[in-house]
Amino acid sequence: MSLWAEILVWILVGSGAFFTIVGAWGVVRLPDLYTRMHAASVTDTLATFLILAGCAVPVLLAGDWLIAIKLFFILVFLWFTSPMASYALAHAAFFDGDKPVLDHDLTEDREGSA
Amino acid sequence: MFAAAALGLLTAMALAIVRALLGPTIYDRIMAVNMFGTKTVLLIAVLGFLAGRPDFLDLALLYALMNFIGTIAVLKYVRYRDLGQSRYGE
Repeated sequence: MSLWAEILVWILVGSGAFFTIVGAWGVVRLPDLYTRMHAASVTDTLATFLILAGCAVPVLLAGDWLIAIKLFFILVFLWFTSPMASYALAHAAFFDGDKPVLDHDLTEDREGSA
Repeated sequence: MFAAAALGLLTAMALAIVRALLGPTIYDRIMAVNMFGTKTVLLIAVLGFLAGRPDFLDLALLYALMNFIGTIAVLKYVRYRDLGQSRYGE
């Protein structure tokens, strides 16, 4: 693998890992279910694409088409299923009465606790 | 470089477990489990390249589909308390 291909893989995989950790940190830190889902599902699509593209670079350079097609199908399945799971989750949670935390709720909480 | 990605994915999975344990509602836990499954798919793919055995991608494909079906099944169970029900409210 040439130097430029190595640098490209480093950039893709490294930024994918970065977005993964940022999204997971958001899932732990954000205040309610809907914002947490936003953090989780944004990274589900972007970080998935970056990491799988980083894996695909050496495969494509070696001309291994079967593995490239498998990587492509994993990407397509994740891109279809993870927004659908997010939609079903938000639908189920909203109809179960889990309302989003709005800005004034947070300030009321702060004033109430102070 | 794939080792760094595997480390990042493991960190994210640990944070997802934290949310699954903390999660005040059942939906937080379902979301954390779904996210854990997605990260599992990526981790299997990355580990396959790390070990020089890209055949692991078949397992990753299987996990991607199983994770989706599992999430939808758990959501349907939580929503309707029944997996066999076909229509709203019947």
